[in-house]
Amino acid sequence: MIKTTRILAAALLVLAGAAHAAGAPAPRMEPVNADPRDVASLQRGARTFVNYCLNCHAAKHMRYNRLADLGLTEQQIADNLVLTGRFETTDAGVQYVPTKTGETMQVAMRAADAKKWFGVSPPDLSVEARVRGEQWLYNYLLAFYRDDASSTGWNNLVFPNVGMPHALWTMQGAQKLVVTTFAKRSDADAAAIAAKGLALVEPAPGGTFVVKTLAEGTPGAMTPAEYRAAATDLVNFMAYVAEPSKLARTRLGLVVLMFLGVLFAFAYWLKREYWKDVH
Amino acid sequence: MEKVLRWIDDRFPLTALWESQWGKYVAPKNFNFWYYFGSLAAFVLVIQIVTGIFLTMNYKPDAAKAFESVEYIMRDVQWGWLIRYMHSTGASMFFVVVYLHMFRALLYGSYRKPRELTWIFGCLIYLALMAEAFFGYLLPWGQMSYWGAQVIVNLFATVPFIGEDLAVWIRGDYTISDITLNRFFAFHVIAIPLVLLGLVAAHLMALHETGSNNPDGIEIKKQPKDPKTGLPLDGINSHPYYTIKDIVGVVVFLAVFSVIVFFMPEMGGYFLEHNNFIPADPLKTPEHIAPVWYFTPFYAMLRAVPSEIAPFLPATQFYGVLVMGAAVVILFALPWLDRGAVKSIRYRGTRYKAWLAAFAVSFLVLGYLGVVPVTIWGQFAPGLWLLGGADVATVIARVLTLVYFLFFLLMPWYSARDKTKPVPDRVR
Repeated sequence: MIKTTRILAAALLVLAGAAHAAGAPAPRMEPVNADPRDVASLQRGARTFVNYCLNCHAAKHMRYNRLADLGLTEQQIADNLVLTGRFETTDAGVQYVPTKTGETMQVAMRAADAKKWFGVSPPDLSVEARVRGEQWLYNYLLAFYRDDASSTGWNNLVFPNVGMPHALWTMQGAQKLVVTTFAKRSDADAAAIAAKGLALVEPAPGGTFVVKTLAEGTPGAMTPAEYRAAATDLVNFMAYVAEPSKLARTRLGLVVLMFLGVLFAFAYWLKREYWKDVH
Repeated sequence: MEKVLRWIDDRFPLTALWESQWGKYVAPKNFNFWYYFGSLAAFVLVIQIVTGIFLTMNYKPDAAKAFESVEYIMRDVQWGWLIRYMHSTGASMFFVVVYLHMFRALLYGSYRKPRELTWIFGCLIYLALMAEAFFGYLLPWGQMSYWGAQVIVNLFATVPFIGEDLAVWIRGDYTISDITLNRFFAFHVIAIPLVLLGLVAAHLMALHETGSNNPDGIEIKKQPKDPKTGLPLDGINSHPYYTIKDIVGVVVFLAVFSVIVFFMPEMGGYFLEHNNFIPADPLKTPEHIAPVWYFTPFYAMLRAVPSEIAPFLPATQFYGVLVMGAAVVILFALPWLDRGAVKSIRYRGTRYKAWLAAFAVSFLVLGYLGVVPVTIWGQFAPGLWLLGGADVATVIARVLTLVYFLFFLLMPWYSARDKTKPVPDRVR
């Protein structure tokens, strides 16, 4: 069942892909293999999310205690995943009060400040995975490279001139952009395919074509394979945050379809019995 | 029980109403696959009303809270995600079912005498449904909600002389705003549903007055009566026969509906558009604004009509708006355009069949062109006579718009000259 729906979904995605074929050149992307049933992956993703993303980006529709879905207790969530709080004036003076687990994932950075610092206020990430899709997010996380021409010192192959600096650079390290020029479009396309990863083909002046790929520069704390795994976990978590009821949905769906199958058998049998008198 | 019923019947025609509308209604016995979609449309209407009531309990029609309240429904309301997905899937499935129901009428000539009023009430239902879907689509207050509404309301602004004022009057503001959201909410949850329910009642009463058509286009009321049952030779009691049969249809429909609700509620971005998960931002126009799929054939027509059609006429988008409006309004004239000797496609000649096929293909391809950018199929070579440099998709959309209208406008001639086959006395 899930397989057929995936095939159907894939067919529709091809249609949708055709719908977005026009416009700016899109990069060739790497596939992402996130498993929403892998609780350990979701927990690792949550750790990365609250440590790295949840400083500038909020997820204001997501309650901390909902993370119990990931097999965590309320105490574990409070101890490990709630890193924010606020100062409140009480009878005992000004006190630091940590965020309660029943609250949503907010950040202290004000939108107006963010706009001043980054040129754009970081979008809320509650449903970002539903806007961009998992593959886009994964490749976006892989696509940062050093660019001295940009104001943050970073640029991105998937989201050119993005306002966000590479928040995970201590993990990934700093990549370099590699630009190769080709005289013919077909050669450029072939080189992009041969790169077996992120690659962007763009028309260049003089009727030539450039292929942009990324190469390892300064290494980070992780190997490229480890970083890809971490990015997969993070994307997995963001997809969960975008729709926490997804697993419950597909599980209930199977039960409903089985029920309808039985109901159909009875309804059809009843119809046949009644219609025996119609000639 | 019988006593209670008699007590009521003495004061209110309960039994008479039931018997005239369904209990003793006689229908042709040869309904096929296409005849499920009427009862299914009624079924989807019930789904929409029931889920809509529950959504209304938790939704906030407030520009500052609307998007948030939808996410609240998706996350914090018990079964909220299910109710919301049923409603969003139901909206699209309503159009699927209604389009198939309307196409059935075209196949078997169900709109023809004596069922003209049934057809007209149906067209009015379709209009009301479009309004209902349009008003409802603003409520999630995402980018597509906002900019889609902006585009549609701006269509009214193209009306000569009063356009700008008309658009302001509709919005209640100079842009789509909180005020617009509030009034669209009112239209979506009470005004249009009331109209819709009234029209559905009228549609059914008119149908039950004339009796149903069937795949052979034979009037069973004109047949001799069976001496044993007192029914027309090809007639059967709709209850229990079609009650039982339609239950099978409902179960199969629910299976399809459930596959979408539980496994692919976004339907690849066609039922729930990706960009609608971004909160509405009046300062940021999305690159590509596409209406939801059920409006796209008309949207493609709107885009296909040029704003300059003749040197002596002012350049305005209003021509496109007129064409789009006419594409819906022309449906009303169908009973009087068709001069065919027979009703059903089974006995029509090749001319009608060819035109109907061309019409169906036009509608589907226009629907596709309405979701994609006009550059999708590239441009004609610059040197080409007349077409040089034009977007291929735009030219094709123009041709198909023409085919759509010619299907109706030429119908009096091609349907009358069609070589039809003789209609038998009894259904197949």
